[in-house]
Amino acid sequence: MLVSIYRYNPETDAKPSMQEIEVEIPADKDLMVLDVLELAKQKDPTISYRRSCREGVCGSDGMNMNGTNGLACITPVSEAAGPGKKLVLRPLPGLPVVRDLVVDMSVFYKQYEKIKPFLINDNPAPAIERLQSPEDREKLDGLYECILCACCSTNCPSYWWNPEKFIGPAGLLQAYRFLADSRDTATAERLAELDDPFSVFRCRGIMNCVAVCPKGLNPTRAIGHIRSMLLAQGT
Amino acid sequence: MVTNATSFSRSGLTDWLVQRLSAVVLGAYMLCILGSFVVHPDMDYEQWRALFAADSMRIFSLLSLAALCAHAWIGMWTVGTDYLTSLQFGKGATSIRLAYQAICILLIAVYLIWGIRIFWGT
Repeated sequence: MLVSIYRYNPETDAKPSMQEIEVEIPADKDLMVLDVLELAKQKDPTISYRRSCREGVCGSDGMNMNGTNGLACITPVSEAAGPGKKLVLRPLPGLPVVRDLVVDMSVFYKQYEKIKPFLINDNPAPAIERLQSPEDREKLDGLYECILCACCSTNCPSYWWNPEKFIGPAGLLQAYRFLADSRDTATAERLAELDDPFSVFRCRGIMNCVAVCPKGLNPTRAIGHIRSMLLAQGT
Repeated sequence: MVTNATSFSRSGLTDWLVQRLSAVVLGAYMLCILGSFVVHPDMDYEQWRALFAADSMRIFSLLSLAALCAHAWIGMWTVGTDYLTSLQFGKGATSIRLAYQAICILLIAVYLIWGIRIFWGT
């Protein structure tokens, strides 16, 4: 199988290039993209990429495979490229490249930091723990599962144009995760931080984020909930 | 909170609401105009003049014009802050964006004043 890999070292290369490597794949197996990348790395050990758990939990190997963002470790080659087609691997779009498929995620984490991704509760702590009803806990389903792989945010044009100002789908999914949490008491303060023309309202609802989320989450719906909360509070 | 001095209201929620409400007003106005063509398929100039001479129509027209101006500014401002940034234009982005915003707001102001003159002038 022919694999085309984005190569770029900003310190030494004037511009990025695509390197084509022929990789032998067992005929009866449908490997994951990460496995193919490992085989390619055996042929050229200078290829750089992030990986860790290789089972879609750590979110390290988010990359663009034949034009679609996803996690290389849980995306079968048959799904990414199709039978007999070339596999084209590029870094997540919109973020600065550190080396080859490794991107600088500082701005992504900065946006995550902005939404204060932790419980805020000024009430005195109870003796054992802050209890939550099963119904309230259910509201966090579809939100807490995010692994911050950045596949969604880097697939969002609004995030490409304003990465410093638009929080992006990943950050906003987490923002709603804490807005929806019955144990959090900072709802008004959190909403006040989001009521500007960029943080939330750059979302145009094109649902690119939903299309690529490897965990099957729906940031667009969470953003809609944030808008509704802002509307309820602000009118 | 990302501050911005040139947006319509400085509040994302307000801009968002204004854009939706103005769209409803513009939609209703379009239906009204199209409806009058359907009811009077052979409308001549005198009937056209009479239609816009009624105070109700003048108010509705001015309201729609104001809605169009607000809608246009929010839309153009959004387009400008998406595409005319330092990512595309480097250090010159602020000048380019400010010039673009100034041209947009001037044009919108001219259209608004001109429209008021057309609808309410003698």
